[in-house]
Order: sequence, then structure tokens, then C-alpha cells
Amino acid sequence: MSAARMARHPGAAPFDGGATTSLLEVEDLVVDLPVEGAMRRVLHEGSLSIGAGEAVGLVGESGSGKSMTARAIDRLLPPGAAVGGSIRFDRKSVMALTGAALRRFRGEVAMIFQDPRAHINPVRRIGDFMTEALRSVQNVPDAEAERRAVGLLESVGIQDGRRRLRQYPHELSGGLLQRVMIATALLTQPRLLLADEPTTAVDVTTQAEVMAILDDLRREFRLAMLFITHNLELAAAVCDRTAVMYAGQIVEVRASSRLHDDPLHPYTAALAAARPDIAVTANRLVAIPGRPLSAFEAPPDACAFAARCPHVRDQCLERRPALIELDGGLTRCVRAEELRGHMGSEEAP
Amino acid sequence: MSTAPLPIATARRRRSGLVFVRATGPAGITSAVVIGAAMLVAVLGPTLAPETPYLGQLSYSYVGPTAGHPLGFDGQGRDLLSRLLVGARTSMLGPLGVVLICILVGTLLAVSAAWRRGSYDAFVSSGLDVLFAFPGILLAILAATVFGVGLAAATLALAVAYTPYVARVLRGAALRERSQQYVAALEVQGASAVSICLRHLIPNMLPLIVAQATILFGYAMVDLAAISFLGLGVQPPNPDWGVMISENQSGVVQGYPLSALAAGICIVLVVVAFNILGERLYEQAQAERR
Amino acid sequence: MTESILQIEGLRKEFGDLVAVDDIDVTVREGGSIAIVGESGSGKTTVAKMIVGLERPTAGSIHACGRDRSTPARSTAERRRRGREVQIVFQDPYTSLDPRQTVERTIDEVLRLHHGWDVDRRRARVLELAELVGLDARQLRALPRALSGGQRQRVAIARALAAEPRILILDESVAALDVSIQAQVLNLLADIRDETGISYVLISHDLAVVRQLTEETVVMWRGRVVERGPTARVLDNPQDEYTKRLRASVPRPGWKPRRRAHVGVGEETEER
Repeated sequence: MSAARMARHPGAAPFDGGATTSLLEVEDLVVDLPVEGAMRRVLHEGSLSIGAGEAVGLVGESGSGKSMTARAIDRLLPPGAAVGGSIRFDRKSVMALTGAALRRFRGEVAMIFQDPRAHINPVRRIGDFMTEALRSVQNVPDAEAERRAVGLLESVGIQDGRRRLRQYPHELSGGLLQRVMIATALLTQPRLLLADEPTTAVDVTTQAEVMAILDDLRREFRLAMLFITHNLELAAAVCDRTAVMYAGQIVEVRASSRLHDDPLHPYTAALAAARPDIAVTANRLVAIPGRPLSAFEAPPDACAFAARCPHVRDQCLERRPALIELDGGLTRCVRAEELRGHMGSEEAP
Repeated sequence: MSTAPLPIATARRRRSGLVFVRATGPAGITSAVVIGAAMLVAVLGPTLAPETPYLGQLSYSYVGPTAGHPLGFDGQGRDLLSRLLVGARTSMLGPLGVVLICILVGTLLAVSAAWRRGSYDAFVSSGLDVLFAFPGILLAILAATVFGVGLAAATLALAVAYTPYVARVLRGAALRERSQQYVAALEVQGASAVSICLRHLIPNMLPLIVAQATILFGYAMVDLAAISFLGLGVQPPNPDWGVMISENQSGVVQGYPLSALAAGICIVLVVVAFNILGERLYEQAQAERR
Repeated sequence: MTESILQIEGLRKEFGDLVAVDDIDVTVREGGSIAIVGESGSGKTTVAKMIVGLERPTAGSIHACGRDRSTPARSTAERRRRGREVQIVFQDPYTSLDPRQTVERTIDEVLRLHHGWDVDRRRARVLELAELVGLDARQLRALPRALSGGQRQRVAIARALAAEPRILILDESVAALDVSIQAQVLNLLADIRDETGISYVLISHDLAVVRQLTEETVVMWRGRVVERGPTARVLDNPQDEYTKRLRASVPRPGWKPRRRAHVGVGEETEER
């Protein structure tokens, strides 16, 4: 039984912070990409659900598959990719969409990326870019589209919207351009926002500002969000629930408020411990030995994190652990129950 | 963020050229074979030729293939096959000269301009832009007027015409390499500009340089053949494919196209082979840059 | 009083009309570790480049190891000499190594540049440096494309140390690494400092990393120093408005991002 189904089974503990109406349901998602002739798995049986108006964080290091998950949801995988499992938006299958239905879906699910400059046409004005979807798909008249654009620019903190609409992308700084991207994403009044590391490339003060804007707008528009980042603290701060990915698998899903103090997977604890603390100078950091595995390197018959885990036992090497429910969250650690409370310690109990 | 690395690959000493060519696919390999054959003929031509290419009997003019003369005779009664085989020499030598000069001078200009940047780069670039305006054949005609006809003058003229093109392409690549952080790291280490350029910059541009040279060869061959055809390059009675087309034009009109056609086909075959190989190598060079 | 190994006074850099660095003073004592903190446009990277000679100061002076390096080196020999005093590790592990050179050759080249040693002695030193930064024999023979970001940064560190510098500039050297790898490299840098007594100048925007690795901090904003002091004090008790804002922007448990007033003028084009 898949994890998502288990979570909805009556009698199971309610999902931490989960809304009862699931807007997005991902079940057993598998993605293979063609690499140098062969198909390589980049995502292993990922399951996730996002309720209306809920913010879910997706945290992972390189090769964890977090970006691929978002791209799979938004049908933006590279050509030749093979997808398995199911993605349901509003109870309708996303993978089966074509033509007009697909375009409408794109209006309902918006995506913002890490580098806004790579996703905007440099030879067209901001205004053209922003209103394109409105004008071509939803057939909104030009003047009305422009009015809405100016309104949203104001929501993201850009006051002189009319002037900005006439500018070109190179005239704006990275932070400003990212705000424009957010405004653009919201123009079609989407119900779900996929944010792929939107603040990784900007300064930390700009990041705080951009996150605050996203927070406000989410509440205002009752927008659900999948927020992808490598920064555990950031995800936990702005999302209701956080999912942690490793080697192409979701290894933990937890209410953000409990993630730091009561993680359910040793990797999450290790990730948090590896980060230097801004308030305390440690003598040495607790560094996880080895390096993060990519999805295709994950062994099919053992826990992917076993090689680096301080709590590894024989049972961890018997089979790939399934996602199990624990205390309202999900974890892929077979020893999670007994390790709770001292996930971060180096010695086993 | 990166993806995890492939399993550790121990370094192979600079990939041998053959491995490189093999990776260009069947078209690339066929082209390489054709080019190899042409080069072989260019070197061994006179030894391979069954007859002397210079003497002929007018009574045999345009006679078709017979025993001992598989391609027959040209307009002057000379053995066609022998002339083709010996003619390969100048037909290949000329372009080789053009390519060597262009690549050498072009690389020098490109790398020095990319390294020094600033006013030097602006000066060199402007100078090259001016040269760009002159088509090769025009310069060759000019050279012929000033220096007299012959392969040397034509080769030099073409080299001058092509160098701006090569320099422009290589300058872009050189600028890219120059801005890589490993170059800055070496500068901070105190390595000299010359050693950085020779040991790091140029080797990293090598795939591109080789690809450029290969494509250039084809163009040079066509232009030189045309120049010889016009009478400004290789002079008769020297066998040269371009000259042969010119000499045997009348045969085409009279209904004996083989002599002119054979030379033309040789040119086309070799040029197309160089173009295909060059394009493939170029694609590889682009792909190699991560 | 400990000798200062790096002394910067009145440093200034103009790019046309733009003043990227405006009257900077920094002093590093021998064996010390200082951070220059700032965001984009602060000028911190320009300061780093001027210290190692990749940019020429418009005004001001830089003294390292007792010698003046305020103006570009006149000869290659002088540049090499300076290379033995101050070295740098850049941010991007993917372009800081020559893709056609094995790790071994990369480090060996630097050794040949600075020392007149024979092959055996150089090889021994390459192995020593590899061990110091945590690279094994297989990785020594590898090309950069076979190595991960963290491994490449180790190579970059080994290469910098091959010149036996007294000062190492770390220009956002861990910013591009995964969190778990970043921790390894930070531990490595701390170990190296313990073992060799080298001085660090850390250029970074990441306050947590700064805390971990440095004892003193200088905060830059738009080319000027706005605050300086012991790292712990600057981070725990910032005095300047910008430093306070910077500190308040760092995500941590319990943190909630807050909006400021609307975007003002001056946030137009990027400044580099």
C-alpha cells in the first residue's frame, strides 16, 4: 500500500498539518532519464500530497531528485524521459493531459525557477512576458492584462509597475527579476506554485524579502506551494510540512515545526547537524562521511543512506525500506521508532 | 548543484587522434578514409602513376579508356590517371599551406588578443574586420598582379583572406578559456602569460582548432582550384586538378567530358570529405566542453 | 604584539564612475582568520582580487608579509614571489581546474613553478599535500570531470597550498558545495590552519560559515566597511543597521521572514 494511501486510511494518525482536500497527489512516481544511451533512474517511488493552500518543502542535496520531482509534476521533463506512477491534480491525471487541457493546467500550476534570467526572453519587454499567458490562453484583452500585471507587481513590492512593464530584463537586478517572475506566476491565478530554489541565487536579505512576499501572497490567494531548496532551515521556516529527499527517494515527511527537534530519519538529523550554527562556534562540525548519492547509485536492496549512517544495522541492508507512518509523519528508516530523540547522536543506543 | 560524478576515470594520455575520429560516426570515418587516401596519393603520386603526366601524343587527344590507360587521355593526349595522381600533390599542398599559415597566425592573434584584452584586442579585432571585407579570390588576383602567378602567391593570398575568419572564431574560444577560474589561479601562482597560453589555453582549444583547420582545408581547396582554373595559380603543364578542369573544358563541349569531370570529381570528393569530417569534429569539440 | 601579516589601508577601486571599493582598512595578524562579509555589490570580491593582484587598486596600499603589493608585479619573477605569500581558492569548483590536467599534474605544475626540486621530491610533496586535503591515490590520477564538487575544491586547496603561502584567501570557497560536503571542507580548513599556522581571509555572504571559521569580521556594504569586530560579537550583537538586517535575514528555527518597505530606486541594474 502506498504511503499516500496509508496516510488517508481512517484510523491512521492525521497528517501533520495536512489539509483534508488534497490538491496534488503524487503516488509512486518514478522517473528515468536517458543518459549516454542508457536509462537512469532519477526518482524512486516518490509519494507526496499537497492540500489546497498548504506549503510543502522539498529539501535535498545534489542528486536527491528534488528538482526532477517538480519538473515531473509540471510536465517539464527533458525529452526521452520515462515516467511511472501517478500524478493527480484536482483528482485528474496530469500525465494524460494534452492540448487545451494541458494549457489550462499550466494556468493552474505555476513554476518559478532558480535563475530568472534563463527563463525570460531578453529581447522582449517585461510587460510582453508577463501578460503572454493571459492574452494567448485566457484571451484577456491587452489593457486588462496590463492592469492586472501592474496590480501584481505592486503586491510584490514594485511600485512603478507601468514603467517596469516597458523595461527589458537586463535593466533589472536579479532580485527584482525574481519578484517579476513571482508576479508573472500569479497572474493566471494558479492554485499551486512550484518554486524550484527561487532564492538560491540571490542575496540573503533579498531572500528574506522574497520569502516574505511569497508567504503573504500565498495566504492572500490561498495558494498551495511546493518549495524546493537545499536549505533545511529555510524550508522549515516557510513551509507547513517538509519532505527530505536523498538519492532520489523521499526519506522523511514531517511537520516543519517538529522537524528540527524531532526528526524521523538519521539523514535529516545529520543534515541539520552538518550546518554551522550562526549563534554558536563549534570546535568541529559533525560532518557526514562520504558524499551524497545520486538516485541511480542507490542500491536496490538496501537503505540508500546505510553507507553513511551512524546507526546502521543488519536490517538496514536487507531491503530498500518503505515509507512508513510514524507520529503523523513519514519515514524511510526502519529503526526510526527506537532512534527517536537521538537521531543526531553518533553512537547507537 | 551538480549531479554526482561518474566512477573515477583514470586519465588516458591525451586521447589519440584515431579515437577522436572514430567517435565521429560512420560519416566521419568514411571521410577520414577518403582524406587519408588523398594524402597517400599526394605523397606517392609520381611513384603510383603508370605513365609520365607531362608527355603525350596529340593523336590520342580525348581518347577514352583503353588497356593500360584506365581513364583514357586528356586533351593533350596525356594519360589522365597519371595526371590525376600527380596532380593530387599540388592540389593538396596548396590548401595545406593555407591552413598551416592561417591556423598559426590566427591562433597567435586570437590568443594574444584574448589574453591582453583592452586596446590591443580592439586594435587587432578592427584590423581583422577590415581584412574580412576582402574575398579570397580578389586578393589572389591582386597578388597575381603584384607578385606574378603561381601557387605560392595564391596560397599566401588565400591565407591572408582566411586568417580573419579563423582568428575571430578562435578568439571567442580563447576569451572563454581566459575567463575560466583556473587561468586566474595560475596567474596568482605567478605562471607566465606565455606558459599559461601554451600549456593551458591552447590545449583546451585544440579540438576547436583541429575542427576549424579541417573545414578550412576544404574551402581552401575549392578556392585554390578556382584560382588555378583562372590561370592565376598553378600553371600548365603542371598537373593540378584545378588546372585540369580549365585545360579540358573544350573536351566537355566536344562531347568528351571525362577529363574535366574526373578532376572535378576528385576535388568534390576530397572537399566534401573534409567538410563532413570538419563539421563532425566541430560538433564534438562543442560537446566536449561539458 | 603579533606582527600583522596582511595590512590594507585606504584601499579604493573605481570602475569608471562606479566606486566598487571605498576606503577599506583591514589588518590580519599572523595565524589569524578574518572574514569579509557582504552581499552582491558590496565589493568584497573586488577586495580579494586586489589582494592577489588580479585587479589593480585605484588608490590605497596593500602590504603582505611585510612587502608592498599595492601595484601590479613588474616581472614574472615578482609575481611568483607574491604567489608564495598569498594564494586564493575560488568559489566555482567546476572552472577552477584545467579540465585536461590530472590532479597530480595540476599540483606538480605549481611545485615546479616555485621550487627547483627533482621529480621524486615533487612526487613526495604531491602525496603529502593530497593526504593533507583528504585525496587518495586514485583521485590524484583522475581528471577533474571524474571528481565531485567537494573533491575539486580539495584539489584547489592543495594547489594553493603547494606554493606554501602564509595567507590563503577563500573567496566563497564553500558556497557552491552541498551542506554535508561543506561541513567536511570547513573541518578540513580548520585542521589545516591548526597544522600549518596559515592565516585566512574568508570572503563570504554566509554568516554561519563565517562564525565557524573566523575570529574577526569586517562587514562591507556598497564598497564601505560598516562594521568590524570579533566575529562572535558582530553576529551576536550587531551595531550597524545593515549588519542587523543581515543577521535577521538568516533562516533558523522559529524564524519568519518579514517584508520591508517597497523597493526603492537604486535596485535597478546589477552592479559587479
